[in-house]
Amino acid sequence: MKRFISKLLFLAIVSALPITAARAQRETSSETLIKNATVLTVTRGTLTNTDVLLKNGKIAAVGKNLNASANARVIDATGKFVMPGIIDAHSHSMLDTINEGTLAVTSMVRTEDVLNPTDVDLYRGLAGGVTTLNLLHGSANPIGGMNSVVKIKYGRPASEFLFPGAMPGIKFALGENVKRSSSPNTPGVTRRYPNTRMGVEEVIRDAFTRARDYKRTWDEYRAASGKDKNLIPPRRDLQLEPLVEILQGRRYVHAHCYIASEILMLISLADEFGFKIKTFQHVLEGYKVAKEIAAHGAGASIFADSWGYKIEAYDAIPYNAAIMTRAGVVVSMNSDSDERARRLNIEAAKAMHWGDLTEEQALKLITLNPAIQLGVQERVGSIEVGKDADVAIWNAHPFSVYARVDTTFVDGTVFFDRQQDLARRPELAKERVTLEQAEPNKPPARGQSPQTPGRRRPPTHEGGEFIEEERP
Amino acid sequence: MKILLTILLICVPVLGQQIGNPTTQQGVIPARGVFAIRNARIVTVSGADIESGTVVIRDGKIEAVGTAVNVPANAQSIDGRGLSVYPGMIDAGTNMGLVEVPQGANGTVDTSEVGELNPNAKAITAVNPHSAHIAVTRVEGITNTLTAPTGGLISGQAALINLLGTAPKEMAVVPQFALVINYPRIGFGGGGFGGFQAPVNLSETLTANERQVDRIRKMLRDAEAYGRALDAYERDKSLPRPDRNVVLEPLVPYVRGQQPVIFRADREAEIRGALKFADEMKLKPIILGGNDAWKVASLLKEKNVPVILTGVFSLPNREDDAYDVLFENPAKLQQAGVRFAISTGDAGAEVRNLAQYAGMAAAYGLSKADAVRAVTLYPAQIMNVADRLGSIEPGKMANLVVTDGDLLEIRTRIRYLFIDGRPVVLSSRHTELNDAFKNRK
Repeated sequence: MKRFISKLLFLAIVSALPITAARAQRETSSETLIKNATVLTVTRGTLTNTDVLLKNGKIAAVGKNLNASANARVIDATGKFVMPGIIDAHSHSMLDTINEGTLAVTSMVRTEDVLNPTDVDLYRGLAGGVTTLNLLHGSANPIGGMNSVVKIKYGRPASEFLFPGAMPGIKFALGENVKRSSSPNTPGVTRRYPNTRMGVEEVIRDAFTRARDYKRTWDEYRAASGKDKNLIPPRRDLQLEPLVEILQGRRYVHAHCYIASEILMLISLADEFGFKIKTFQHVLEGYKVAKEIAAHGAGASIFADSWGYKIEAYDAIPYNAAIMTRAGVVVSMNSDSDERARRLNIEAAKAMHWGDLTEEQALKLITLNPAIQLGVQERVGSIEVGKDADVAIWNAHPFSVYARVDTTFVDGTVFFDRQQDLARRPELAKERVTLEQAEPNKPPARGQSPQTPGRRRPPTHEGGEFIEEERP
Repeated sequence: MKILLTILLICVPVLGQQIGNPTTQQGVIPARGVFAIRNARIVTVSGADIESGTVVIRDGKIEAVGTAVNVPANAQSIDGRGLSVYPGMIDAGTNMGLVEVPQGANGTVDTSEVGELNPNAKAITAVNPHSAHIAVTRVEGITNTLTAPTGGLISGQAALINLLGTAPKEMAVVPQFALVINYPRIGFGGGGFGGFQAPVNLSETLTANERQVDRIRKMLRDAEAYGRALDAYERDKSLPRPDRNVVLEPLVPYVRGQQPVIFRADREAEIRGALKFADEMKLKPIILGGNDAWKVASLLKEKNVPVILTGVFSLPNREDDAYDVLFENPAKLQQAGVRFAISTGDAGAEVRNLAQYAGMAAAYGLSKADAVRAVTLYPAQIMNVADRLGSIEPGKMANLVVTDGDLLEIRTRIRYLFIDGRPVVLSSRHTELNDAFKNRK
């Protein structure tokens, strides 16, 4: 509805334009030398007047007065800043659908099956220096669907987005969204269990109890099938298989949560069943139980300063990042919003404003720490030789409110370039006019609206946490 | 926090007392007095920056500003070396104090009345002075907000408030500043949620839209007639005495163009519609929202209609918009000579980030000085209070922020805060929770 007027255009055609342009853009040399920049390496400090050589998709060298081969693209980055591509550990971008909310346990569903690589918000994220996303299922159920970790290779098919080697993961959720606190009671419709934080604990306990039995059944089958080839294998259970992977430490749990008591509940449940929570997501009251989170070894992926949008967010404070970091928790700053994803640099800088984190600690919130939380820290999250060439060039220090991204590289290829973007605007404007005047796009007589192709994705991806209760 | 403690340590000896009162003592507002901020960089906003000067505050007002200012003997003095003084920031598009927790706690939401036409709903009646949002916001340097109701077609009347006080009356700068109208969206209900389902085709959509505009038009015409009837009766008591009408009566100054009418309108069609409607009804319009204002810039300039931009951090309206179309919106309006202010457009929780909205506009073409004006002097001018707020000039209300750096930069800290000449302690629900938990072992 929001975009009713824009539907009067052939959206499918118009929205494909940036993709075509992006495709043209990536026809760049496989070797790029960024000269004379201030380099925020994240792990090795800030290097001034330094060159970064990107070659064959990797960071090939970092140092002064580097040389490149004759066909390399050379960028004079004097006065500019290079930082690793930002990693957003909580996103719902490019998901055609976010919540399978009909059951309390939907561990069988995969976000990987609903990736829409043409989502224009991906491009907007690149323009904010973001290169990697953790695409999470929504928070409608205690155990939600499996996530996908992607690199934003905008303009390429969905299969090329998937980050090879990223740890598989799954979404859990606790609290108000799971309780469906904001859903109205519909007469004649039974509310979905659970309705309390007690029920949430029971649902997760029940699922892991079943998963443990299921694992045992398979373990026994595998042990016995060595001796008896005629044994019939147990029936596969797609709901329990991901939970078995969690018990085996082969799948990360990303658990949406808010208040201290539910955080402690999940830690204690996980300890009892012998698995780990990899990240608590949002974890707005994490600062109240920081030492328990640290002791469990969990990370925390948070908002910088969002608060008060619902009761369980009323005790949120912007010192959360600092308190948990000092307690030894690996903390990341996420967006959970296509809008906020474009300015995660600002969100990270807020941890210096509130709570006095050092610049390096604050940088890690959107680079190395989320990389650790997604199991890709050997590949991305800092500027080091051998790591993937996922970097962005900024026109000022990225922690300045006045900073803007010039160029974003993913695997050494340019996926966003401001000058190219600006250069093609007149051409796009012309094309838009042509399209609007095209016969099929004119409103038919008698005031009927023209036929428009249906949208493939929900009308809005922004601020889901605040708009649709079951979103993140 | 370290900084806060340092501030306390610094100001105790200088002032001989703690500046202001902690927010925990909600019944007490800090006393006015005589204060001097000395040897500070002063960003007056209305004039040139003063690299090292003094601001004297007396009894709520700015008494003197400059390099050669006599500091009164009885002044409490603040050493401003290394610090900068700015006018307090103003967010002209909020619901501050009308909503505490928007979701799941309806009892705390007072933004939107039942029905479509509620000109008599006055924000100042319902502003909660003890909302946690108020202290959380002001400690980031925002001293004033326009607080507006949101519902229906005619939402009610917005109040300009100081973010300090123990009663709405103490907070009010202009208790009934403007009438707020949600200009009907084509293809959508009259603003907010609660709009009706999508009509099936364009002609029905346009008819439905026109019907909504008609409802507003009819009420405003009724108010005009009501005003005329009252005037006629005043002149000639032999006429039948008109019944008083509490719904129409507050509309009279607005339909007579004596006070502004704020139209919420984001898209081009709605902005143009609102401007046309304001012309027809001879209203004094302000556009609130304005995402497409850059497309209507020449008309806005021609009509001299100001825009309170709330969408700097919104996603572009259309998929084929440039990625930075809303970051650039303020710069484009500036170039076109349109009067504008930058606002968060937020209910309350996000208002503290106003500086970043302005900063982002500066990253995309607006000058840094204009970005500061867009959250200080420009909103004051749009709200007709530039004689009292928005810059550092003698005679103005002492709403001042003392920072350790560029007002809009994220890492900058607020070191001192004055609202209405009262020194405010930099604590809030958030600093208190931080203090309570940061050392938990």
